[in-house]
This record gives sequence, C-alpha cells and structure tokens, in this order.
Amino acid sequence: MQIVKLPKENLDKFVGSLSKFGEIHAPIKKDENTYLFSKIEDLSKIELNYNRTILPPKKYFLPPTETIFRFSPEKGYEPPKDNLNRKYVLLGVHSCDIHGLKILDLVFSGTYVDNYYFTRRKNTSIIGVSCIPDDMCFCRSMETDFVEDGFDLFLSDMDDSYLVRIATSLGDDMVRASQSLFKEVDKEDIAEYKRKSNEMKNYFKIGLELYNLPEIMDLEYESKIWGEMGEKCLSCGTCSMVCPTCYCYDVFDELNLDGKTGERRRRWDSCLFKDHALVAGGLNFRKERSSRVKNRYFHKQRGFVAQYGRPSCVGCGRCIQSCPAKVDIVEVITKIRSVDYE
Amino acid sequence: MSNYSAKSGADNIYQPSLARIVRILPQIKDHRLFELRFEDPEMRRSFTYNPGQFVELSVIGTGEAPVSISSSPTRPGVLELCVRKIGRVTEALFRLPLNSVVGLRGPYGNGFPVEAMERNNLLIVAGGLGMAPLRSLLWYVLDNRSKFKEIILMFGAKISEEMLFKFELLSLLDRTDMKCLLTVDKDEEGTWPVQVGVVTRLFDFVEIDPEITYAIVCGPPIMYKFVLEKLLERNLPKDRILMSLERRMKCGVGKCGHCSVGYKYTCIDGPIFTYWDAINLPEMI
Repeated sequence: MQIVKLPKENLDKFVGSLSKFGEIHAPIKKDENTYLFSKIEDLSKIELNYNRTILPPKKYFLPPTETIFRFSPEKGYEPPKDNLNRKYVLLGVHSCDIHGLKILDLVFSGTYVDNYYFTRRKNTSIIGVSCIPDDMCFCRSMETDFVEDGFDLFLSDMDDSYLVRIATSLGDDMVRASQSLFKEVDKEDIAEYKRKSNEMKNYFKIGLELYNLPEIMDLEYESKIWGEMGEKCLSCGTCSMVCPTCYCYDVFDELNLDGKTGERRRRWDSCLFKDHALVAGGLNFRKERSSRVKNRYFHKQRGFVAQYGRPSCVGCGRCIQSCPAKVDIVEVITKIRSVDYE
Repeated sequence: MSNYSAKSGADNIYQPSLARIVRILPQIKDHRLFELRFEDPEMRRSFTYNPGQFVELSVIGTGEAPVSISSSPTRPGVLELCVRKIGRVTEALFRLPLNSVVGLRGPYGNGFPVEAMERNNLLIVAGGLGMAPLRSLLWYVLDNRSKFKEIILMFGAKISEEMLFKFELLSLLDRTDMKCLLTVDKDEEGTWPVQVGVVTRLFDFVEIDPEITYAIVCGPPIMYKFVLEKLLERNLPKDRILMSLERRMKCGVGKCGHCSVGYKYTCIDGPIFTYWDAINLPEMI
C-alpha cells in the first residue's frame, strides 16, 4: 500500500480540497467529551482528536429513519426520488467504526442486496483516522484496532503530521489532486510510526478474551446472569441505537391526510424493545426482558461467529458509555468467563 | 467507497408487485382463502415457489405481513393464501372487496426439501392453521404422487367447525394411494364421521418406518412438544423431522432482525427447520 505524509499545517487545505469529491462530514465537538459526525461548513470545527461519536457512521448508510416507498392505490409502491446518489466524504472514521461498516456490509449483501444501503455506501468515501483508546475502548480484544481495507485513505497521527495510507484508486485521486501538500515518508517517520505502534497496546485499560467464548456462552446459556441482567437492563434500546453493527429496523406505513396515499418507512429498532419478537395474535417469543438481553449478547458474541466467523461487536465502547443502567459488556463477558461465577 | 459498485444489483428487494384478489373463499370463522393474480403478465408467468415458502403481503395504506403460501406450484396461475384475521394487516385485508389490489413480495424462505424427500414415506402432521403451509406440500406430493412412497396426513382441529379445508380434506378419505387421518378434539353432537381426540392419538393408527420416513409438522406451539415425543418414540431421525416455524418475518430477506431464532433468521434460513436445528438453536420451540 502506498503511504505518504501530510504535514498537519496542510490538513485544512487538504480537507478543503475534498469538497469536490463530495459533501464533507466529520466529527465535531458538541459538548465536553461529546462528539458527533456532522456536515462540515467551517473546517475549524473538525475535531480529529476525539474518543467516540454519539452515533456511529452507520447513520449515513442506514439512516435512523427513511422512506423506502411512496404508495398510492393507483400506482402501488414507488421508490422515493430522494437523491441517494449524492456524494459524501466521511472524514475521521476510527478503525473500529470502519470494521463496523464492514460488518454491516455482510448483513446488507448476500442473496438479497439492500440497495438503499449500498448506493449510499458506494457514494461515500471514507477517510479513517488513528486514535488513542480511552478507558471504554476494547477494540484490541475484538481485533478491530487495526484496519486493512474499507477506507479510501487512512490518516495515522504522528503529532506534527499524518502518515496517509492510500487504499483505493479514489483515495489516490484525492491525494493527487493536492499533490503539493504531501511529502514522502522518510526514515525518521518510519521509526516514529513503529515507536507509536509498539506503544499502542499500553493504552488499553479494559479487554475481554475471545478464546472459546462461543462455547462458553453455550455452556452458560442457562446462567443466572441473564436473569440478573434482565433486572438491571431498562430495555431502552440505547445500546442498539449507538452500536455500529446493530442493524435491526422496523417498517411501517404512514398515510397522508387524503387517507389513500402515503409512505412506507423504516426506522431503527432494537431487540430489547418488548414488541421485537411479537407476532400477530399476541404471541411474543421474547416476552421476558432477560430473554431479550440474552438474545442481544448471543447474537453479537455467539451467533455472529457462527454466521460470519467473528463477533459483531467491534469494541467501540459506545454501549458502555451510553447505558443509563451502567450495563458494561466487558464486565458481563468477564463475569460469564470467570471460573468462580456460577 | 468506489469498490462497492460491483455489489449493487439493479433490483429493489423491498419492491412489492401488485396482485389482484380474484377470489375470496371463506373457510372457518375468521379464516379466508384469498386467490391472487399478479397484475403484470410477466410476473404471472415467472412467479414460482417451493411448498413451504411464504410471501410478504401488503395492504396498501396499512402495512405488510408474512403469509405462507397454501397453493401448490404444481397448479400455477393463481396464488392461494389462507389468512387468519388476527392483526392489523389481516384485518385490513378482510375489509377489502373482491377485485382489490394488494402488494406481494417473494417467495421467501427455504421451503421444504422436496427433492430430498422423494422416494421416501411422508408423514404430514398438522394442527389448526398449521394446515395452511402444509396444504401446499400436500398437493405438491399428491400431484407428483409417483415420486413418493407412502403418504400419511394427520390433521387435528378443535371442533369440526374449526377444521380448515374440511371438505377438500374429507374428500381425500376416498383416496387409496394415501392415508388421510382427520381428527377433532371434541365432537359433542356426534356428527364427526372419523376420529375424535387430539392429533397425537392418530399415531395409534399408523406404522412408521423410521429408515425411510420424513415427518413434517406444523401447528400451534403447544402441539410440537407432544408430536415430537411421538416421533422420537418411533425412532425417527431428528434431521428428518421438518417443522415450519412462525416468527415476525418483517423484511423477509434477512435484514431487519425480527425473526431471529438463536442466530438464524426464520425468513431466510427457515421457515422450515429440522428438529436437529431446533435442538441446536435455543428458543426455537
């Protein structure tokens, strides 16, 4: 992979030059320790040195709510004329979140390809940025602290400059369009990059062990921990909303005032909501909150491994940060793994 | 990411096609058989399915619901859906007059492994509305009668007035190339012509060769436990017991997450699962 160097004093100019590749979105600081991905109109608002955004980048590809059809008795169902083909540049995406998108790609492809998702995916370029883990990050455990593809460019922070990995032809075009802003990587840069890389593991405060976890979860299927979790969890669904890989959605039809025409929409849903597994007639396959919590953990850490060969959790720490009941996934998994816990 | 262009197909997987309700046959209380015909002649020709698959049915302005297919692909042209009036969409469907237009997507799900089932005995066990998806299989195997060995149908309803497809099934009593066992739990007026009692009692009337038999079971959740017991008593292999499951198949294409059982999706990995699948997937039955 080609790697070049971007001195930090050239960053604003480079980012400014990206607007011809699409509308620029990047993290901005909302409050103390609160960041979000937002449309950038003022380059000085961009905050590349952040821990995590409230919502992951999935909001750009699977929006919290979207119209999938307009309907009328005469014409039936017609896809909306929304401009799915608008180009975006998503700057400042962490490695864990790029992995999150790669996991969503698995779900929305397959035999049935969701083109609402993939049209947006195709039209959005991704520029990653390195980060320093905080006390809720456990990406290293989930093997998402490094990313090899799924981005066009990836910026690694070297204090005074960024080392820029160029992963795609489009990424190369972005660099070439502003060639004079970039420099070659020299020996000192390589030494510094290695030094920083070798230090990275020291920053992690928490982690969990994946070895044999699916089997351990099968063995603990009847564990009392699920009952305890059911008591603690509020079923609010926040963890699903902020999760980079939660993709459940609900579909509903909205009638216009004429009572005939309307829209079919979808919106984010959560398996923790009481009606998630409810079928017509009132039978609910996961009526108990404990069964819904258990389902969420099993799907993320056990089921996804069976389906796709890895857990769907990327260790971003958002659910730990956002849970109003202080449910901590690392604590839960550590408890399940512990020999003493019955 | 420009790399993603290759993955995009042209089709919209959520797009319903319009179909007209050409016939409504009332069945038992709150159950009707709807005959649907696609508006698009090309769809009429190309739409084919396996027994055991389902469609997503849209009532324009109300919403979408999964419905199993009750007709057999051996009888193309119209699609028959047996629907119970039980939720928002089905209530709206029951209000539609004949010749109304609805939306259809599908067919979805795996359906029964009909080719693997060939040259075997089939034991079809249904309870209540469970007959709706199994009727597709029943007519499929009867229309391909020579491909299968013995065929036994066991079907139980609470009372005679609640037996779906009653007259159609009673007429099968005359067939000598299959065994049709129909039972009702209660027959207070003493007018039911054949067996009385729960469906599991019908096992007293049949011989099962576990080596060459597939059992196919669909009914209310409570029925599975008792029928499975009977089948295991008769040494039927767990991977030859097929069940059709109900879940909230909202999208039908494995995306929306609502029909998960364990870590499978009923809509794409099912709705037909073996008992062996069920043992390995918690909370399936």
